[in-house]
Amino acid sequence: MKYALFLGCTVPVRGAHYELAARKVAGLVGIEFADIEDFACCGFPIKAFHTHTAFLVGARNLALAAQQKLPICTLCSSCTSTLTEIAKAVNTNPVVKLKANRELASINRHIDREIVVRHFARILYEQVGLDKIRSQVKRPLASLKLAVHSGCHYLKPSGIFESFDDPEIPYTVRAMIEATGASVVDYFEEKKCCGGATMGIEEMTGLGIAKRKLDSLRSADADALVIICPFCDIMYEANQRKIEQVFNTAYDLPVLYFPQVLGLAFGFDRRELGFQFNTVKPDKILEKVGV
Amino acid sequence: MATKTTEFNPDFKDAVVHEEGGERVKRCFQCGLCTAACPVRDVNPAFNPRKIIHMVLLGMKDQVIKNDAVWLCSTCYSCQERCPQDVRVTELMNALKNIAVKAGFPHPSQKKQAELIYNSGRLYEIEEFDNRKRQRLGLPPLATKIEEIKVLYRQGGIESLVRPAEAK
Repeated sequence: MKYALFLGCTVPVRGAHYELAARKVAGLVGIEFADIEDFACCGFPIKAFHTHTAFLVGARNLALAAQQKLPICTLCSSCTSTLTEIAKAVNTNPVVKLKANRELASINRHIDREIVVRHFARILYEQVGLDKIRSQVKRPLASLKLAVHSGCHYLKPSGIFESFDDPEIPYTVRAMIEATGASVVDYFEEKKCCGGATMGIEEMTGLGIAKRKLDSLRSADADALVIICPFCDIMYEANQRKIEQVFNTAYDLPVLYFPQVLGLAFGFDRRELGFQFNTVKPDKILEKVGV
Repeated sequence: MATKTTEFNPDFKDAVVHEEGGERVKRCFQCGLCTAACPVRDVNPAFNPRKIIHMVLLGMKDQVIKNDAVWLCSTCYSCQERCPQDVRVTELMNALKNIAVKAGFPHPSQKKQAELIYNSGRLYEIEEFDNRKRQRLGLPPLATKIEEIKVLYRQGGIESLVRPAEAK
């Protein structure tokens, strides 16, 4: 199983822990990553500004993967929905493909094959599978109570994702976390958006949206919130202190990337999984599982 | 300040229909499920997708495209998934943002993002410092400048919107 690893913009500068843990977990379960140095932005942040330019910027990445004859593995959920949407249009509509290639000719790029785009979590769930994940567990996380946030663009718009999960009752990430032996708690605001995309428009709105989830998690009594997207991480982890200050409250809730949780169960040590980069210190959790 | 119906622009909804993502705006029957599902509306009443759609259908062009409200959509797709008329509300909000940009009213933060990506190919520029840090962690290097993106902006017809004035 070989994929071109698409890091996007946010993971390289703010998600070293995500990347480190994802590479460790992938290597263990037999996913090989090819690194394409020239991958650029997926196009998501330009879509509101100019949708067609966003399409071209995204299509360029597809052309780079096509050149290597590889499917794409994404880590960020917004990269996932943006590139999947573009791939879907190019793969299924010959007119769109023709026009895209005509424009990509300006940079000597070409999409000559069907391109598959998959979020890392979806690859683990579909290609690796729960049985293999369970079979790799060396350090069961039975002592942990975790909350899951599947976010938005991993699941939606659902029309582009072939119903691999249910956008109204998401279960794929949850099932993988449960496969580690951890228990997954329910909480009222589980399906709510992190609010990340509103931060640049009106900061108080973004912080307010993220606060709702953090508030709702309080009564769920979780040891940590598990996420799958660096945008969500910025809201719940990097901005957690700010939300506490602005709204005069306290959470001290660790936020973990899902490969960090899988990696813990698989027996990797804390540095290999980048726990030194978590801004809300997860020491209590690590103590609980004896790392 | 009262709104004068004589100042409405009844052609606006047709312009929206012709914008990518806006095609289905006339299907809306104002049930409000989009607004009920909206996490932004939960904390900021200034954003109300049902109301924005109604304003489009009435022809309140200026009130829609010169207002920050439309930019508050977080693109979570909750509305789009649940809309009984399949209006594709999230795509519609995106179409309205595109129309606002073309009319000369981009939100400053979105323009800034487009400029950053034009300049380095990424939202957050990768510098040699970042690559040295990546190397220490055993991670492969990334390209620091991706010039091809500038060509694609030209191709898309928006280079003049993001180039700094002195470079023109």
